[in-house]
Amino acid sequence: MFTLNRLSNNNNFYQKLKELDFILLACILLLGFISLTTMYSTDGGEVLFHTRSHFTKFFIFTSLMLLISFLNIRFWFSIGYVTYIIVIAMLIWTVNFGVTASGSQRWIDLYFINIQPSELMKIFIILCLAKYFHRRKIENVNSFYSVIISLIIIFLPMSLVVIQPDLGTALLISISGIMVLWFAGLNQKYFFYSFLISVLSLPFIISFLKPYQKLRILTFLNPDRDPLGAGYQIIQSKIAVGSGGIFGKGFLKGTQSYLEFLPEKHTDFIFTLFSEEFGFIGSVFLLLIYSIIIYRIIYIGFISRSYFAKLFCYSFGASIFVYIVINMSMVLGMLPIVGSPLPIMSYGGSSMLATMIGFGIVMSAKIHSQQSIA
Amino acid sequence: MLSQSDNAVKLNSINRRVFILSAAKIIIFGGIISRLFFLQVKENKRYLTLSDKNRIREWKLPPVRGDFKDFFGNTIAGNFESYQLHIVPEQVENFRYVINRVKDILELSDKKYQKIIKKKNEIKPWETLVVADNLSWEKFSRINNHLYDLNGVKPIISISRNYPYKENFTHILGYVSQANENDILLNENIKNKFVPGLKIGKTGLEKSFEDDLIGDNSIERYEVNAYGRRISQLAFKNGEKGKTVKLTIDTEIQQLANQLLKDKAGSICVMDIFTGQVVAMHSSPSFDPNAFVFGISQDEWQLIRNNPMKPLLNKTLSGNYSPGSTIKPIVALSALENGIVSPGFTVKCDGKREMYGQTYHCWKKEGHGFMNLKDAMKQSCDSYFYEVARRLGVDRLSDTAKKFGLGKKVFGDLFENEKNGLIPSTSWKKNALGKNWLLGETIITGIGQGYIQTTPIQLCLMTAQIANGGYKIYPKIILDNDDGLIKKDKFTPLYKNSKNIKIVQEAMFSSTNEVRGTSYKSRIEDPKYQFAGKTGTVQVKRITKKDRELDLKTFEIPYEDRDHALYIAFGPYKNPSYAISILVEHGGSGGSVAAPLAKKLFKKIIDRHEVRKNFENKRYLDI
Repeated sequence: MFTLNRLSNNNNFYQKLKELDFILLACILLLGFISLTTMYSTDGGEVLFHTRSHFTKFFIFTSLMLLISFLNIRFWFSIGYVTYIIVIAMLIWTVNFGVTASGSQRWIDLYFINIQPSELMKIFIILCLAKYFHRRKIENVNSFYSVIISLIIIFLPMSLVVIQPDLGTALLISISGIMVLWFAGLNQKYFFYSFLISVLSLPFIISFLKPYQKLRILTFLNPDRDPLGAGYQIIQSKIAVGSGGIFGKGFLKGTQSYLEFLPEKHTDFIFTLFSEEFGFIGSVFLLLIYSIIIYRIIYIGFISRSYFAKLFCYSFGASIFVYIVINMSMVLGMLPIVGSPLPIMSYGGSSMLATMIGFGIVMSAKIHSQQSIA
Repeated sequence: MLSQSDNAVKLNSINRRVFILSAAKIIIFGGIISRLFFLQVKENKRYLTLSDKNRIREWKLPPVRGDFKDFFGNTIAGNFESYQLHIVPEQVENFRYVINRVKDILELSDKKYQKIIKKKNEIKPWETLVVADNLSWEKFSRINNHLYDLNGVKPIISISRNYPYKENFTHILGYVSQANENDILLNENIKNKFVPGLKIGKTGLEKSFEDDLIGDNSIERYEVNAYGRRISQLAFKNGEKGKTVKLTIDTEIQQLANQLLKDKAGSICVMDIFTGQVVAMHSSPSFDPNAFVFGISQDEWQLIRNNPMKPLLNKTLSGNYSPGSTIKPIVALSALENGIVSPGFTVKCDGKREMYGQTYHCWKKEGHGFMNLKDAMKQSCDSYFYEVARRLGVDRLSDTAKKFGLGKKVFGDLFENEKNGLIPSTSWKKNALGKNWLLGETIITGIGQGYIQTTPIQLCLMTAQIANGGYKIYPKIILDNDDGLIKKDKFTPLYKNSKNIKIVQEAMFSSTNEVRGTSYKSRIEDPKYQFAGKTGTVQVKRITKKDRELDLKTFEIPYEDRDHALYIAFGPYKNPSYAISILVEHGGSGGSVAAPLAKKLFKKIIDRHEVRKNFENKRYLDI
């Protein structure tokens, strides 16, 4: 009996391997490859710290993603609340004992690695809310009680991140949460009204912003008001992208980058460098890969039987989309500068870890698409 | 447990919303792509330019200044390699340490050290601080040996102005020094070519020919990073050296002029009487212009400035002096031309002359006796010329004097410090002073005193124009400069009757070469060198009765009150080619001080004449 079980388990593994979404996997690997070459370019055409570290992280986290994909989707359903609470605890820990860098307290020092819980929250809030709405009946979704609960689930981590302060990540966390609410079927008028309210209260919100945050908004509206100060990043970024042209300046030939005109080129502005070196064609190609990834995520959601899996995939796909759009709009001068990494491309362990966990769960949903969750 | 129908409703809702959001996603991605298209395709040129502007920076190097050459092609102002030490404060990690090390190695004085620190605080950190601009080879190599310890210190071999003949040409060439704000504001050319430490002409021909001499900047184009650090050189454009300016000066004669006036204050000029070429033009004392190239020290400057002999003044061009007796040839000529006197006209000199209730003294107390024109010139009899002037009147005298080049700038706008001099007339006095001309003033004008003032170069031109037979010439100091500029009235006669010129020439000859002539002692009998001249002794102070009784020797009088000694001459007499004028300030009498210099000068001038002519012929043959 035991052996048989083992055997069937074994069969199960091959079956699972067959069910793996190879298109998504291929796109992720391709993206990883692109991000590594770009990182190599930011290091000035040498394999230095960033490239090496990025490679290690990519390798470990891809393995982790594959491991996650073989775990049953039900397992993720079952730990949806627990992980949320753990990350909330980490955020509280961060607020009190976190590592401070460049003016904000975002990291927990785990001795061998610094981890940024706010990045992890981007994924676990989706998991938590997906579980919550999976359990709600459709007629209860719009009840006062569930709206309040879901808003608390969103506001709690958001406020913990805002006080770090890290407005960008807080915004992304709340957007991830709101995505779940949207797919869960919350009445559209709520979205409409809250959008209206937030637009109307924008002046009040701005008055509560810190001076540097106000400056960012002013700079966004007119980058030339302080071209060597606050406007420097965005001006240089636009110059880099614009000078790339159709075919780009060529690999390792991005002058804006290697002459150090680009700030933050490893992290938030990595797309600028890529776009300078590979031009319009390269940028569109990169967007294409992201589009395929998002499409695959939505497709997996579509074929999943369980509501939880659907909700997670759709929301995660939408969140990834929002991250990409916010990052690119920022470097192209269409949005004020908010710290938001480009998934997989940007240097940064926590962000990649969160994204890879998300991909892992999506893959798991694919493999276990026929699994229904009670 | 969820019911099947509930699930179906849920799925229905989620699918609809996925569709809405997907549509939104496609639109937004389209928006990003169109933004990329706008930046990278449509606006590509603009951003490419901006990116190049970011990464490419040009450095202007100081232009190499053109040379000055003398008539024979010797360089009289050139360039030499100077060893300099530059520091860019930004590139130095520990400025205090480095500058102290440099101070020890170069043995800088505390004062100089303070000056460098002060200058460092004035400039921007990325600007070049010149610590030393002209190091000796020994110190320069010592710095090079310590370079390992001096991060950011740059030993530079730079090109600087050099005047090999030191003080000999100072008053002609002027000097160069660092351009100041005013220079940059006033001259567009300097503004365009300015680099820190640029040296520009401050006076003399260096200033007048600034635009020709300055040359073009070499340009280095570098790729720089965001912090301004040079990454690689992209291009180097070699700037052209400034034009060479050739002068008519003969360095040997110029040097002799300098020697003759050693320890004296005065001026010597030598002019070719046909071409107007200035062969020598010196004002003494002079100073070494090399001292100004790297900025003169305050002490040295004060020494030059406060010297009673006024080294900064170019006496040849900007010294207004009463011509004294050297005006007599013009007075005589004017009187002859206007038919006032004939060569035989005679006046009896009693040593003094009473006219209009005033007593006018001749320089010879006991009087000259009966004098005709030639004798009066020869012995420079004042009484004779009082009478001639009285009959001539100041206006006719003024006309002739002006015709022969007095009272007007000889070089036009070439030298900005050249003075006009002054030839008085009745109308001038009325306009300038608002008073009527007095007859007594005419009388003293006749012996070159009173209002009349001339510069030594004007006297030289006057002499030259008498010597060449009375024809107009245009003096020049720049060679090969008259293409297209040939003056129409060149060589037009300035006389009414050429006989009159001859009479004056003969009178001047007798003054130098006949017994009792005022410069008889300085004569040369060899006809090859024989010259004719006229002395002048100019009173600086009105002579009082007491002075007349004391009759002091020159050395007994205080320096400032001593007479100026003047001498004008031309030679060789038989076939004149050069005219000279000599001035010795507070030197005493013209006959005893100025004329002997002419003797030495003419020997040299005539000897050099052949060399000059041969050189000129050869030059034309070469072409």
